Amino acid sequence: MQRRSLLQSAGALSLLGLGACATTTVPSRAQVVVIGGGYGGATAAKYVRMLSGYKIEVVLIEPNASFISCPLSNLVLGGSKQIGDITSPYAGLRSRHGVTLVEDMATSIDTAKKTVTLARGATIGYDKLIVSPGIDLRLDQVEGLAAAHASGQILHAWKAGAETVALRRQLEAMPDGGTYALSIPEAPYRCPPGPYERACQVAWYFKQAKPRSKVLILDANPDVTSKGALFKKVWAEQYRGIVEYRAQHKLTGVDARTGTLKFEVQDDVKAAVLNVIPPQRAGMIAVQAGLSNLANNRWAGVNYQTFESTAAKDVFVIGDAIQVAPAMPKSGHMANGHGKVAAAAVVAQLAGWQPNPRPMLSNTCYSFVDDRNVVHVASIHEYVDNTFKTVAGSGGLSPAPNEQEGSYALSWARNIWADTLA
Amino acid sequence: MKYGWMAPALLALAGMAPVAQAQDAQALYLRTNAASCTACHGTDGNVAAGSPLPALAGMSREYLSTQLKAFKAGTRTATVMHQIAKGYTDAQLDQLAGYFAGVKK
Repeated sequence: MQRRSLLQSAGALSLLGLGACATTTVPSRAQVVVIGGGYGGATAAKYVRMLSGYKIEVVLIEPNASFISCPLSNLVLGGSKQIGDITSPYAGLRSRHGVTLVEDMATSIDTAKKTVTLARGATIGYDKLIVSPGIDLRLDQVEGLAAAHASGQILHAWKAGAETVALRRQLEAMPDGGTYALSIPEAPYRCPPGPYERACQVAWYFKQAKPRSKVLILDANPDVTSKGALFKKVWAEQYRGIVEYRAQHKLTGVDARTGTLKFEVQDDVKAAVLNVIPPQRAGMIAVQAGLSNLANNRWAGVNYQTFESTAAKDVFVIGDAIQVAPAMPKSGHMANGHGKVAAAAVVAQLAGWQPNPRPMLSNTCYSFVDDRNVVHVASIHEYVDNTFKTVAGSGGLSPAPNEQEGSYALSWARNIWADTLA
Repeated sequence: MKYGWMAPALLALAGMAPVAQAQDAQALYLRTNAASCTACHGTDGNVAAGSPLPALAGMSREYLSTQLKAFKAGTRTATVMHQIAKGYTDAQLDQLAGYFAGVKK
């Protein structure tokens, strides 16, 4: 048993890690390695530290220098928020929680040797690995999209950051009277209400700044996948004459030169600004490591009690990358919850304890229909019969958009960012 | 302080305190389930400054338990909490109230 030497190395590591800056030293091994610093991974890293009484060493591998929130990023498109408003530092994970931050990209996982290799060449050994890779946006699934995206002509902005700002610029540059077309892929995809909130935000901007312009929603799904009645009422009333919704429009190809979207069945659509949210699967590192083992290798199978992978021992997969149980949305709030359940399972395993017999998850997704009025959907999920089920009678929707929930939504963001990062 | 945790870390992970461990495991489960509240209410119930939500940390156990059950019964109105509280049994709500009551502000 290597426990003694392992603990010694972990102890030595912490003495280096607590005072050091990010990425100055990449440790050769750690008890727990976390890949990905989004809502899932950053939460998991913090909570392994907290729940172990700061006894278990954690290394977090994340290529981005700061955390940019997908929730609220549609408000940057609408113009009521700036990208800086939704950007938070990672430094609190180090200074307050002693997480060792490695600013690099994990490029491969060897689940047999229990190592992770980074883009800059370092290799880190782990006892437990938590993989929170987010989504891989499958540009290759739509003809012409990869090239149109690479040239900056057709953006997705489905990972918040520079692309969010670039799409805002396209909207600002569009002459009044133009059409913004939003293509939505078949479910499951990241953030079920997100595209519909985005349509509201762009419509809100147009209504003020370009009142002759249109928002055209082209949805591959048979109907609005989340908060449908609430969104449709907003489009019919607040954004009457601006928003048009068309279901069953599965995108097959794009032509950036002519501004054309091509569909499996329906007629082509031309628009001034094309915003294509591509089909998705688990983040590339999970696919490459063989963790994405369900739904034609699209999503990662997990034991829902612990989030341990069904493909590899001592590896846990959380966040949007997993094969969800019915009614579990792919949301930042849920990823934060996955991170806590997985962190507790890792702490329990390393201590030799049984996992939590009945973990629970909660979800509240707020959507802004303009700059201050908000609708939510909430749900509670309990682990029972080897899966997560929503608790009968729990959860629900807002009755209508309202300003009180607008203030709660902004409060939600501040609190979940702190819960994830600070 | 940096060295303070190392001795208990060795003890706990080497399995030298089984009775304490059973209690610790139960505490871990409760803290994890309580953490599903903290995405909105802040880590361990300490909300962000200026939040319109109440800080749960250190709130009276009786008050918190009563309010959670009122949300569940619909006798206290809310935007979201009446939908959330219905996801828990009364016993679970009591446990959560006990957890947050025990957290230092």
